[in-house]
Amino acid sequence: MTATPWWRNRRLLPWLLQGAVGLVVLLVIALLMTNLVRNLTAAGLLLSWRWLGQPAGFDLSETLLPFNASMSYGRALLVGLVNTLRVIVIALVGSSLLGLLVGMAAFSRNGLLRGLARVYVEVVRNVPLLLQLLFWYFVVFLALPDGTAALRLPAVVLAKSGLYLAGFSQGSWQLPQLANSGWQAPLHLSVEFAALLTGLITYIGAFIAEVVRGGIASVPRGQWEAAGALGLHWAASLRHIVLPQALRVIIPGLTNQYISLAKASSLALACGFTDLYSVAETTLNQTGRAVEVVLVLLAAYLSIDLLISATMNGLNRLVQVRER
Amino acid sequence: MAAPMTPPTPPASSALMIEATGVEKWYPNGFHALRGASLTVRRGEVVVIMGPSGSGKSTFIRTFNALEDFQKGSITVDGITLSNDVRQIDAIRREVGMVFQQFNLFPHLSVLENLTLAPVLVRKRPRSEVEGQAMALLERVGIAEQAGKFPGQLSGGQQQRVAIARALCMEPRILLFDEPTSSLDPEMVREVLEVMQALAHDDITMVVVTHEVRFARQVAHRVVLMDQGEVVEEAEPETFFTAPRHERTRRFLEQIL
Amino acid sequence: MPQPGLADTPSSLRPSPLRRLQRSLAPTVADGLLSLGLIALLLWVGLQLASWAIGRADWAVLQLNSMLLLVGRYPLAEQWRLWLLAGLLAVQAGLSWGLLRAWPRADRSLQGWLWPRHDRIAALCVGLLALLLPAALQLALPLQARWWLLAAALLALRWAAGRWGTRLHRHQLRLVGLLWPVLYLAGLWLIGGGLGLPRVASGDWGGLLLTLLLASFAMALSFPLGVLLALGRRSSLPLLRWGSVVYIEFIRGAPLITLLFIGQNILGFLLPSGLAPDRVWRAAWVLIFFAAAYLAEAVRSGLAAVPRGQLEAARSLGLSQAQALVQVVIPQALRVALPTMVGQFIALLQDTTLLSLIGLLDLLGTARGIMANPEFLGHSSELYLVLAVLYWGCCASLGLGSRALERRLDPRSEPTRG
Repeated sequence: MTATPWWRNRRLLPWLLQGAVGLVVLLVIALLMTNLVRNLTAAGLLLSWRWLGQPAGFDLSETLLPFNASMSYGRALLVGLVNTLRVIVIALVGSSLLGLLVGMAAFSRNGLLRGLARVYVEVVRNVPLLLQLLFWYFVVFLALPDGTAALRLPAVVLAKSGLYLAGFSQGSWQLPQLANSGWQAPLHLSVEFAALLTGLITYIGAFIAEVVRGGIASVPRGQWEAAGALGLHWAASLRHIVLPQALRVIIPGLTNQYISLAKASSLALACGFTDLYSVAETTLNQTGRAVEVVLVLLAAYLSIDLLISATMNGLNRLVQVRER
Repeated sequence: MAAPMTPPTPPASSALMIEATGVEKWYPNGFHALRGASLTVRRGEVVVIMGPSGSGKSTFIRTFNALEDFQKGSITVDGITLSNDVRQIDAIRREVGMVFQQFNLFPHLSVLENLTLAPVLVRKRPRSEVEGQAMALLERVGIAEQAGKFPGQLSGGQQQRVAIARALCMEPRILLFDEPTSSLDPEMVREVLEVMQALAHDDITMVVVTHEVRFARQVAHRVVLMDQGEVVEEAEPETFFTAPRHERTRRFLEQIL
Repeated sequence: MPQPGLADTPSSLRPSPLRRLQRSLAPTVADGLLSLGLIALLLWVGLQLASWAIGRADWAVLQLNSMLLLVGRYPLAEQWRLWLLAGLLAVQAGLSWGLLRAWPRADRSLQGWLWPRHDRIAALCVGLLALLLPAALQLALPLQARWWLLAAALLALRWAAGRWGTRLHRHQLRLVGLLWPVLYLAGLWLIGGGLGLPRVASGDWGGLLLTLLLASFAMALSFPLGVLLALGRRSSLPLLRWGSVVYIEFIRGAPLITLLFIGQNILGFLLPSGLAPDRVWRAAWVLIFFAAAYLAEAVRSGLAAVPRGQLEAARSLGLSQAQALVQVVIPQALRVALPTMVGQFIALLQDTTLLSLIGLLDLLGTARGIMANPEFLGHSSELYLVLAVLYWGCCASLGLGSRALERRLDPRSEPTRG
């Protein structure tokens, strides 16, 4: 019996393959890194975080945290992050509600409602989000009338200057009011913010509607029939019998949609809203610190994704356990 | 069928096709699946391996064509000793055909393409020649008229017969059967066993893991009982079923007869 | 025993059309009221839209900019190359479509049907699009005629290949499949020039041309990379598995716009000076690496659906690991993954709009440039509408095509009747 040559040994081959792939990857990374360091040194931009403390010199139009041009770049990025989180949280709630309603409408007995739900989903999913955001901002919201001509609904006023909502202020319920040819209300959203929210909610809502529809469709028909046999009407069957079972399928799908919502919120600059990405872009243009800015962006978005999937996984476990 | 029931016994002097000695295997989870199993099979012999589930019989025959690796012992197939040499493993697999419990036909290929794939790719034979041979084999297992269909359109029994023809198309010297009738509906078991019985009269060497007692009695030259990863008893069918020497064999036969 | 169906019931017992309408729109009083409200709303929206489209809308903005939207600043003298390419594509597409129909695999019930229902609808859409869109854009008559010619070539070849395609041999069929990559390379040459044709710099490619070019380029190249990553992620070798996992999860965690940002601002630092591609190609490479991660996940789900026994059966027949993967495992995995993969391709096509945010003149970028032109102020609605229709048409037809392909490839379809 002769010894097996090493290049034909099936215990060695996997390690040889891995070693070769690893070596190539390492070589490529090493090459890229040497280039990076050399080029950054040449440009005088070697990795440094000192610029974060320097005054930003630009203003941000819409902030939750106080901010002005004399504050630092770091502060500006933080303000952007908070704005991004604000968009994500509100759009998440809104798109979930919309998606749930439309997803349920797909099972309505009313043929017209079913058809409309279908059309909404098919239209919205097949048109790029960026196009929709631009449409909402430039065609719808910026074309709104202002002052006395503004669109007035009960407790809500839609004007070119923004969305005004009724709310509690100084202990009393207050409606939007016209004062000195401008509207005032306890809650005011800028048009940029309102357009971004509308676009994100209608877009992600259509995807969530599909997730909900798939979840409901995964519940066997027999469950509807059993609920009907017990005398429950349509809405009650859906709420008490079908939807709780559908959640098992719906929640993993929702996680994906929430993460894609978080990523989609980075298109805020199309509506002129200052989120993390648009602050980062301005920062880059002023400081030229491309590598550091990208690291900040990636770290922020990856953390948001992780936060969402961790929360949703917890929720999922809760639902699965209750099932047994 | 006019053929004699038991195929003629090959002379004891004929060449050794499989020689497994002291094979030991641990799965990665620590389970000791084979504990020194040994078996020799001569050319043209039909050996049936029986045993309770989990006794390691499937694992054992899967080591013969290196679908499972093992840690101790040695296996020689058709004069080639199994080692870590990939070239030898390829050589053995060309000579050893296998029929699986779940058929494992390729669902995206037609019946004919299932048969011709390996001879064309591995043996580099011209497609037209292989197709002729494949049609002859399909004729032999009685499903030539289904050659253009896809496996999903056939019954379980038909699929298993295609699987046998697919293995034969590589012209192997040894055929391994891993519970070929276990996932078939009862009325389809017979058609598959008949094909296997007809094969047994050929020169081909067969090792069959099965629970079919009638097949073992009528077709096998030797029956082997495996239990807890070792070969417990090895005897001619008559002796095996009527006068087993070991207590474990007796208990096993009580359960299945 | 035949199942008693609707067809067997006497016509007197079948619900009248009016009754069926009532059942669909107003099963209860509340539903009836809801339906009335919805009908009123739809009518109002429809009327508003119609009055806008006929009255206030000014389509001159499209008429004046149609070529800009289609091909960007591609030099007028070289545009014949694009028309030639479009013609070749129409011929090849019609040929492939017809052959798919003439050679049904599992879907045998359709044999003998030259124009099944889906095909008739698709053909109608192609015809209407070729007639209406150029007319809506108010193109010059010779230009409109070219579009009609393209559609006519597509449908004529579809018809001819569907009718006589069965006379071709198997290897001739494969040849038609192989023509696609050849045509693709020829397309790149026709668009970019070189080798005897005057060069057209990538900076001059724009509009729909750039959108489709980058999307198809990213789709074609991300596909092999995605399959490799999926295999890596399912590999038993730890280094390959973890490498693939890190890559896939990293790319899928970051918004595309930040990756494009890296491509534009950092890629130049990573490569030796002078080797960095220009802005268009940088974006193209980012799209490839981006799409590959999503595709890998789709392919992975397909790989997971292929039983282990398939690989074992192939190996026991003597096929090598590579042969077993290529011949047996991957074809089955791709078939399972097809709907998800097409979904990713649709998303990729939509994602090309983000190129306009980094200053490239894709379809949306060109349109935004036109809207910013004071000459066309206040006519963005018309542009947005046409853009939405264009993107919708591309995405929806990709989806329709994938569903047709899925039905054809389904190996578990019913046995042939008779």
